[in-house]
Amino acid sequence: MIRPYALTQGRVAPQDCEFDMVAFVVATPARWDSGIPLQPEHHAIIEASWEPMAVVELASKIDLAIDVVRVLLGDLRRAGLISLYEPPAAYMPHNIDVLKAVVNGLRAL
Amino acid sequence: MASVPSEHDASPKRIPIALKILVAGGFGAGKTTMVSAVSEIRPLQTEERLTGANHTDSTEGVEAKTTTTVTMDFGRITINEDLQLYLFGTPGQDRFWFLWDELAHGALGAVVLADTRRLADCFPSIDYFEQRGTPFIVAVNCFDERRFGIDAISRALDLPAEVPIVEFDARVATGARDVLIELVEYVARRQLAAA
Repeated sequence: MIRPYALTQGRVAPQDCEFDMVAFVVATPARWDSGIPLQPEHHAIIEASWEPMAVVELASKIDLAIDVVRVLLGDLRRAGLISLYEPPAAYMPHNIDVLKAVVNGLRAL
Repeated sequence: MASVPSEHDASPKRIPIALKILVAGGFGAGKTTMVSAVSEIRPLQTEERLTGANHTDSTEGVEAKTTTTVTMDFGRITINEDLQLYLFGTPGQDRFWFLWDELAHGALGAVVLADTRRLADCFPSIDYFEQRGTPFIVAVNCFDERRFGIDAISRALDLPAEVPIVEFDARVATGARDVLIELVEYVARRQLAAA
């Protein structure tokens, strides 16, 4: 049992950006010489996000509190090891075509 | 329908859009039942911030405990390869308000689950979404044979006439699905009316 924020050296929020719960992260290959010391949890995030993965899924998959994952994602982003894709829904009204697609998809369940 | 990259990266991977729907209601109203009826449900650890704690008298070197871990559930419905729906069963107790702002930010809308045996339990959720302007519908979870008319529930909740109220059984997948369809169609109607 490790206290959650021991993994982040006590940091409770990423330094330079927010990670929305449903933002997607993707690992960016070929920059392993990033120069920052990586913990096993950083590696676990990279391993889990070769395919685009929502922040909330990532936290569930590696079984860490979401705010801890955000701090670690902040480290990885600064090191250029992940890309972040914010959900457009957070800053624009929901597109009517998207809403129709959701209704059709739900009907097909 | 492409997602907006927040940095310059020519990633060849397709990034889906994820939409959030909140499922709110009092304790035992059927939030987890509903989310698990339509999606694979998974646990999410979050940190509860103990905002009521008084830190001014903490002894130097001894850190005040300001967070504690709580687990909430979420579910995902894959609409298609570009579109995913995330359902969050929002804890109804007062101490979870810190989570609501984040969950409601950019959310498509909310389903407020009402239990007619304890109707007042959903008042805080309704107040919250009304104040925030988050579109919501009320879904009455039919636990037992005692049925109240939709009109009576609407009056008791003091809802605007346009807010849909539906009856459903949270345990049945099609019931939960139909509630979600009702919500999304309501959001679409609002959108068209505002345009």
